[in-house]
Parts: sequence; structure tokens; C-alpha cells
Amino acid sequence: MPATKAPANLRRLFDEIGTVDHVGIEERVAKYTTRSIKKKSKVFGLRLAVSMVDLTTLEGKDTPGKVASLCQKALCPHDQGDVPQTAAVCVYPAMVKHAKKHVAGTSVKVASVATAFPSGQAPLKTRLAEVTAAVNEGADEIDMVINRGAFLAGEFGRMQDEIAAVVEACGKATLKVILEVSELETYDNIRAASFLAMRVIRPNDFIKTSTGKTSSNATLGNNQVMLEAIRDHFLATGVPIAMKPAGGIRTAKQALHFLIAVKETLGDEWLNNRRYRFGASALLNDLVRQLEKERTGAYQAPWNFSEATEGY
Amino acid sequence: MPKTLSPSKPKTNPACELVFGDLWEFDPAPETADPKLKKKYDLFINGRFVPSRSGKYFATINPATEAKIADIALADASDVDAACSAAQRAFITWGRLPGKERGKYLYRIARLLQDHAREFAVAETMDGGKPIKESRDFDVPMAAAHFFYHAGWADKLEFLAPGRQLAPHGVVGQVIPWNFPLLMLAWKIAPALAAGNCVVLKPAETTSITALKFGEICQEAGLPNGVVNIVSGAGETGAAVINHPLTSKVAFTGSTEVGKIIMRSLAGTDKKLTLELGGKAANIVFDDAPLDQAVEGIVNGIFFNQGHVCCAGSRLLVQESIADEVLAKLKRRIATLRVGDPLDKNTDLGAINSAEQLAKITDLVKSGVEEGAEKHDNGCKLPAKGFFFRPTIFANVSMSHRIAREEIFGPVLSILTFRTLEEAVEKANNTAYGLSAGVWTDKGSRILKMSTLLKAGVVWANTYNKFDPTSPFGGFKESGFGREGGKQGLLDYLKIG
Repeated sequence: MPATKAPANLRRLFDEIGTVDHVGIEERVAKYTTRSIKKKSKVFGLRLAVSMVDLTTLEGKDTPGKVASLCQKALCPHDQGDVPQTAAVCVYPAMVKHAKKHVAGTSVKVASVATAFPSGQAPLKTRLAEVTAAVNEGADEIDMVINRGAFLAGEFGRMQDEIAAVVEACGKATLKVILEVSELETYDNIRAASFLAMRVIRPNDFIKTSTGKTSSNATLGNNQVMLEAIRDHFLATGVPIAMKPAGGIRTAKQALHFLIAVKETLGDEWLNNRRYRFGASALLNDLVRQLEKERTGAYQAPWNFSEATEGY
Repeated sequence: MPKTLSPSKPKTNPACELVFGDLWEFDPAPETADPKLKKKYDLFINGRFVPSRSGKYFATINPATEAKIADIALADASDVDAACSAAQRAFITWGRLPGKERGKYLYRIARLLQDHAREFAVAETMDGGKPIKESRDFDVPMAAAHFFYHAGWADKLEFLAPGRQLAPHGVVGQVIPWNFPLLMLAWKIAPALAAGNCVVLKPAETTSITALKFGEICQEAGLPNGVVNIVSGAGETGAAVINHPLTSKVAFTGSTEVGKIIMRSLAGTDKKLTLELGGKAANIVFDDAPLDQAVEGIVNGIFFNQGHVCCAGSRLLVQESIADEVLAKLKRRIATLRVGDPLDKNTDLGAINSAEQLAKITDLVKSGVEEGAEKHDNGCKLPAKGFFFRPTIFANVSMSHRIAREEIFGPVLSILTFRTLEEAVEKANNTAYGLSAGVWTDKGSRILKMSTLLKAGVVWANTYNKFDPTSPFGGFKESGFGREGGKQGLLDYLKIG
């Protein structure tokens, strides 16, 4: 399909799903940041956030040893108090088998990015082979990237076919579809891409904001656009889709703001780690720091908490 | 399937609904700043706090708890006379003071309001019932902004009307309502002082505290005695201010009913008058509007300050093809609104200002049900004490219903539908009021067309309830005349020769 069709294609889609007003949605999400979460509700929110973390390391310098520490941290984020395990560890396909060794038999899942993450610029065959390999190594969840080039060129069929092919390659593994919102340019496009993805994935598969490898990542704004898309899709079809903001969420306070967005947009049934995740690395340290503060009533010395994802 | 549902829009699967339950309840998060309240408030006349000559006081209560906060002095005609005389004496020097010097006082007041922002926010919330997040993020900062803005004008008055001679009126009598006590005070006092007038202001009976606290700010700013006088009381006090022979200009914000009485009583005098009265604003949503943001704007338009807003978007006109979808979205949105303790930082809707107002809202809502409109509210639990009302939506409202014609001044939205732009304009303008309107559409040309066709002082496009000191605010028809804010508002406080 020639690229000149893109505007017409998008217009047809917007006629169907509606558009997003940039100013209006940013005003909406600004209200989440004025919510004041205290005491027990804070502890509940922080613990919920910990249980939703996909503890992530996606670096060229990752080693089996680093992945082992990461898994240990996911299984036991803190030695004091009652801090839950994280939802998953998220690694490159080559690290899946190392991660699997450490978390097998626990509730912590192994998620693997695949499909030529983060650019997706590889032949479909290669991308699918990567998915199959990761699943075969024991990945419970696959984080794929969409073909942004195809989307922006208006080749929606191709974009959806590729996602469908990955769904098939996943088998029993849960799929997370990364839209890479910073490359989609507008809130309208994020909404459009969310719908295109949601229509070909399975109930409780995820849509995810970002790879974390570009300049801008998850924000309350693009999180809200995607939550509203999930809500509209659910109300129209009955198919619940899960959500994962990733990248840029570093503080406990930010995480609570995201959770308030979930509470007030999708309601209680999305306030669990089957329907909502945080793709994050530094976040867990701050969540634990804040939980410890709530438990003891005082902030601990800075050297008590590592800034490293896999450290304590 | 209802026939109003457009085939092109996604249909809602009735089996699925979202659950906005109590899985994650928020703990109380009260604002704890000290409002520094006194047990007894005297009148602020000639730079000093003085008891009322009659010795009479009345109680002001916290509408969220019904507990008494303080005794407020009740000014009678002799107190008002003293205030007006003090203002007249002060005008002799204040009126001749160079604009630059007047500006300095206004800047000082603005900065002091900022310094005392938390204290004023808590006092405002306790006395009036509005949620602390609104008094903290809107009322108090906006009041300071008005003083800053007009401070800037004080030495530039000649640029308001080049080539004309401008002079202050002298003593200005001002009567303000209870919905934005401090902000309305700022809207009135800031331009009056910038223009060189002296002021006698009467705050609303139920919300006098922040006005009298403002007297303390005037003292702290070293404002010359008598430039600002504040006389608290009820309707009779207001009448005394307005009819006093020394007040040469009268500014009133409040109900249309009282506005008419004032106009009658000033007929035949040479007093200048501006009125900012009621409204029954139409918020018009076309089918190409981004619906979630429109819904947010509708909610902000009607539930802001419990709907105690003269420009509240109380009539929602929605294009027929999207009516069902908008109603469904609105119901879902109000399910997450939090009604309760106004001092809690998470409260979205606070207390209704008075038992009287609550009775009026209840009565109008009852009439809506009786006249056949379809009522929805969010069913939330209300506090046992205090005056509270759930956010309420009426669907299937027709133009003849009382809830579509009368100003409710509460958290109650009436939804009407339309098919064509002409019908929307006809319905929007078919009201005695004309203060404000909202238009929601993706089409820019339609916004411009609507803004010329709608007979309203303010037309918001793809937003609602946006205010700025630079932007004139005021009405058409029974919503009053004269403007507040901007160049136009300031000119109303000057004689143009």
C-alpha cells in the first residue's frame, strides 16, 4: 500500500475510535498529581507498585552474574518488612535461560524483549525466530516492538499481521506490544496504534508504552491515552487488555500517580499485576526506600539502598 | 438499541462495566495549616477593626460540620455611614497619589496574599465549604494574580483610553457573593484601587472571614486608613452601602433577583453601576469533539466549586448522535468524584455553602424528577453532618423543565440534545441569561462561527472555566452588564472625560 494513503487510513480510523485533545488530556493527568496518598493507603500503593514491577536490565554489558543478582532482588526486594516479590524480571533473549534458573518455581516470571528490540528493524522471519527462541528457553512473557515504520506509512494491515504472527509464535507466553510512543509523535497516533494492537492480541496481553531506549518514555499523558483506549476497547468488546508503562518512572511518587490514573480510569480490576505493570529498574529501590520509611517512620541513610537495579 | 446511537461509533457491550470500588481507599489527607482565625471579627473601618455600633454580631458556621467558627459584627446604616465617610476622607489623598505609589501598595498586597496563601486557603475552605485543592490552587493564587495585574496598570491608566481624561469615581460601594469570597473581593478591590478609588465592601453573610482577614493584610501592607473598608452583614447592610449618598459607583456580583432590586433602587441617581449576575450556561458538544476531554471539561464546568459558579456549564447540549456515549462516559467519570471533608486534599466536591442553598438545590432536583427527567447520581456516601449533595446528572431534559431554565447553583447538570448547529444556538440562546458558554469541536471554523452566534459574555472553546486577570468577564441580558478584569474591567472604575 503506498504511503500516500496514510492520512486517509488514519482519518477512517479516527472516525471510528475518536481523537484526543492534547491540552485536555494533560489537564486531566495533572489532577492525578495533586492526589495526596497517605499512611495505610500509601503503603498499599507502594506494595502494589512493587508487585507490578518488571525488574529490567537491558544492557549490552549484562552478564549471567548480573542477571542472577537481578533475579535475587526480584524474589526478595528487601530483607526487612513485608515487601512483596516483583512481577517479573525482564532481560534480553540471551539471558532468559540464566534468569529462568533462578526464578523457576516462584511466582516471578521471566519476560524477554524480542523482535529485534528496540528498533524492530530486522526481517520478520528473524524477529519471529527470536521470539520462538526466547519462548523455548523458558520465557513466560515476550515484549515485542511494533513496526513503527509500517504504522506511520499507514500500512495498518502489515503492522497488525506482524503482531498476529508474534502472538502465534508466543504460544502460551503472554505478549506485551511496545508501541514506542515517542516515535508515534502525537496522542492521536498513540490511541490509533493502541487500537490496532488491541484488536489482534489476546485477553490479558499487554500494550506497553516504550522501550526505554529513546529520549522520552512513559508519561502520565501517554499512559492516560492508552488506559482510555483499553477502557473503550473493553467496554465495546469485553476483551480486557493489560497495560505496561515503561521507562522514565524512577520515583515512588511517580508510580503512585500512575496507579491513581489506573484506579480512576479502569477501576479496581486493573489494580493488579496481571493487568498493570511497571517496566522499570531504578523505581524498585525508591519503592523499597519509601516502604522502609513508612515502616520505621524515618528515612534510612542513603548508603542503605543501592541505586543499581540489581543491588541492595 | 436506542435509536440515537450512531452506527459509526463503537457500541457498548452491556455485559462489561468497570468497577470503581474500594480496593484502594485513600486515607484522610487533611490540610493542616493554621488558618489563624479569631473568635470574633469586627468591622474594618478607617484602617482599624471596630465593633459594630449596635453591638450586634452574627455567627458564621463551617458548612461541612455545621460548627460555629466565629462571631461576625453586623454593620447597620450608621456603621456603613462611618465607613463611607472614612473612604471619602481617604480619597482626598489616595485619589491624588501618583499611580506609581498606588501600584506599590497593590504589589505589596499581592505579595502578602502569597505569603499568607495557605492560611487564606484553609480559612476560605472552612468558611465556604469549597475543597482545599480549589482554594489552594485556584482562589488564592488567582486573587493574588488580580492584585499583581492591576498593580501594573496603576501608573499606566492614560494608556487605557488615549486622548481622554480619566478620573476615579471617589467612593465605590461593592457587594460580593459567597461562592468565591476572596477572589470576588480581589476582582472588585484591585481595579478600584488601581484606578484611584476608595472602597466600601460588603462580603456575603455566610463568608465574611477571608474579607475581614484581608483587612489585616491591608494593615500589614500599610495601606492608608480608609482606602479599604469592610462592613459585614446581610442584605440590609448591602442596601445601605449601595444607597449611601457618598458611593458614586456601585459594583455588585450576585443573584439576578437582587441585581434587579439594586437597579431599581439606583434609578434616578447618577451612580454608575456594574452588575455580574446569574447564568445558565450552555456547554455545547459536537459529535467530532474528543469525547474524553469534553467529558472532563463538562465535569469541570459543572462540578467545580460544587457548581456554585455563576458561569457553570449547567446545561449540556450534546449532539444527538453521541448523546448516549457522552452520558455513559459522564456516569463513569462521576463515579470517581470524591465528595466529603473540604479540608481533605483529595476531595473533589466539598460542602454546599449553606442549608438554604442545599434546600434550593434539593427542591430543583425534585422538580426535575417530577417533570420527567432521568436522574443519575454517583451514589456515594455523604458525611452525616454538614451540607452535602451528590454530583447529579439529568438526562432527557427538555427546554421547558425548571432545571433547564432556572439557575440551580449546585452540582447538577441538565443534558439536552440537538441535531444541527442552528438548533444548538437556538437552545443555547433561549434563556434569560448570557454569561458564558462552551463549545467542543475539532473544527476551528465552527468555533469561530459559534462564538459570534452565542449571546454570552465568555465563550470557551474546547475548555471550560478558564480565568485570567487580563481577560474581561461579564454578561449579556439578565446576567448583567459591565466587565471585570482586563482593560474593560478597569475602565468601569474610571470616569472618562
